[in-house]
Amino acid sequence: MAKTDMTPNGAKVVKIMRRPVRWSLAEIAFWLLAVASVFLLPGQHLILTEIAGLAILALSLDLILGYAGVVSLGQAAMYGVGAYAAGLYAIHVTGEPLSGLLVGAAAGAVIAFATSFLLLRGADLTRLMVTLGVAAVLFEVANKAAWLTGGADGLQGIWIDPILGLFDFDLEGHTGYVYSLTVLFVLFVIARLVVNSPFGYSLKAVRDNPLRASAVGVPVNARLVAVYTLSGAYAGIAGALFTQTQQFISLDVLSFQKSADGLMVLTIGGPGYLYGGMIGALAYKLIQDALSGFTPQYWQFWVGLLLVIFVLVGRDRPRQFVIDVMARLRGGKGGAQ
Amino acid sequence: MITLLFDGLAYGMLLFILSCGLAVTLGLMNFINLAHGAFAMAGGYATVILTNRLGMPFLLTLPVAFVIAAAVGWVLERTLYIRMYEKSPLDQVLFSIGLVFMAVSGVDYLMGSQQQILHLPDFLRGRVEVFGVGIGIYRTFLIVVCGVLALALQLAVTRTRFGSRLRAAVDDRRVARGVGIPVKTVFAVTFAVGSGLAGLGGALGAEILGLDPSFPLKFMVYFLIVVSVGGTSSMAGPLYASILLGVADVLGKYYVPELGGFVIYAVLVVVLVVRPQGLFARAS
Repeated sequence: MAKTDMTPNGAKVVKIMRRPVRWSLAEIAFWLLAVASVFLLPGQHLILTEIAGLAILALSLDLILGYAGVVSLGQAAMYGVGAYAAGLYAIHVTGEPLSGLLVGAAAGAVIAFATSFLLLRGADLTRLMVTLGVAAVLFEVANKAAWLTGGADGLQGIWIDPILGLFDFDLEGHTGYVYSLTVLFVLFVIARLVVNSPFGYSLKAVRDNPLRASAVGVPVNARLVAVYTLSGAYAGIAGALFTQTQQFISLDVLSFQKSADGLMVLTIGGPGYLYGGMIGALAYKLIQDALSGFTPQYWQFWVGLLLVIFVLVGRDRPRQFVIDVMARLRGGKGGAQ
Repeated sequence: MITLLFDGLAYGMLLFILSCGLAVTLGLMNFINLAHGAFAMAGGYATVILTNRLGMPFLLTLPVAFVIAAAVGWVLERTLYIRMYEKSPLDQVLFSIGLVFMAVSGVDYLMGSQQQILHLPDFLRGRVEVFGVGIGIYRTFLIVVCGVLALALQLAVTRTRFGSRLRAAVDDRRVARGVGIPVKTVFAVTFAVGSGLAGLGGALGAEILGLDPSFPLKFMVYFLIVVSVGGTSSMAGPLYASILLGVADVLGKYYVPELGGFVIYAVLVVVLVVRPQGLFARAS
């Protein structure tokens, strides 16, 4: 931002636009807790890895839903393609994990970019159907192309080399968790930069009112294509990470269930502030774990019930709670907003 | 070839009965009800239980399946759905996904996850040769029943007092309420009838489509395709779309089995892109 000739209002705008970029105490505490979990919960690393992966999927969805207002039922399309791309790359090219992530990201981004033009037509309902349809097409393709993907038997024989040639993936999932958490953190920091940039503000303008956004000169369609592609890259990385930590891919990565999972996780945590996906993933996995503890086969029933109650009660409640807590934490130092 | 067309026609008619209720809730009431297949499943299981366990005649179980699914629809509409009409599409999607999950595991718990086999009565089984073309008796039965229902529905919507009230309520809820139309009751009855028809479709289709707890998820996309390809401005659109879809699916699976369900999804995406309001809808 230029510092010359600023009107009082301009200075205020700059101040407001810069404010959320500072890391609050609650955010720092959140990430310290995440790092602490590496050392304090060594027995839980497998489930924590799943949580981190789910959080990335939800983060990818948050970019389009929370910041651009695009409702999607087909995030599994990019997730699954990223997973398969990383798996095939590991089998046929090299087991090096970091480049595998990039391959997953590229695959997800390509699919997202190619299908983003379908999203520009129609409103929420059409978008739901198109995203659902795209994911269904890809599921069917992966199912039929068994020579490439293993079809219903899943893709096997994936071998991942040690990360940076140093850290080998172990059975207890310690390496996998540290790896996933690092990827999550890096992606989060990038997402945080993006949504707090002028680009991010224009996205929010598109979300809140596309007509007005275009009237003040925001290229709405170009913004949607860009953010959908970015979100696709994120989902692709989430899929690639799944492949690398599980070393096995089944058709489930492209299923409707996967898209629904991502959507549920994000709405449990609340869209539009980036932490929703992580909080939601944690809550969702803990609930799922507890439920499958006492009804291994039918836990989905209770998840469904919770979801219905959650929507009926109002899904902005948990988010409001988080905001209140953060405001209180901040209130000790800087006073009420 | 003609036998295939015939099968496709029967399949399409079945899809129409299954999804016409969704055409109303989705298109007219603007509610994204992904749980529509759950009502069809309710009807299907009602018929299977009644015929296989209680020995009721198959034909008699069909109205029962309708009534059970309609009753479930009515109760859910009055208690839950009514709170969701004004909410955002995202809420509606999550809400109905929740219902689907409950239905899938609930039925799994009660009935087991295996495929249910419906024993059709003898007079509906087998094939007859008409002019050298093999025609399944049950398929013929399906076409007749669904055809009569489709005609009755079209007449009900266009010619009856209830139909005009429904159209009025859909066009402008507030004005309709203002001129004394009980909008809530009209919506509740419509929802119940739609659910009931889905239940009937589930019962009729138990033999052809198969019936297991994952039914609502498996056919959700099909119902949505019918509605989005057919548009929702009339009953005729979804009917044409269902028949088109049924014939395309049967022919596709017969001639190019390696493509599988792929063709249908591709058709969906193309139609939505070219004509977001549906293939057979009037341009608004």
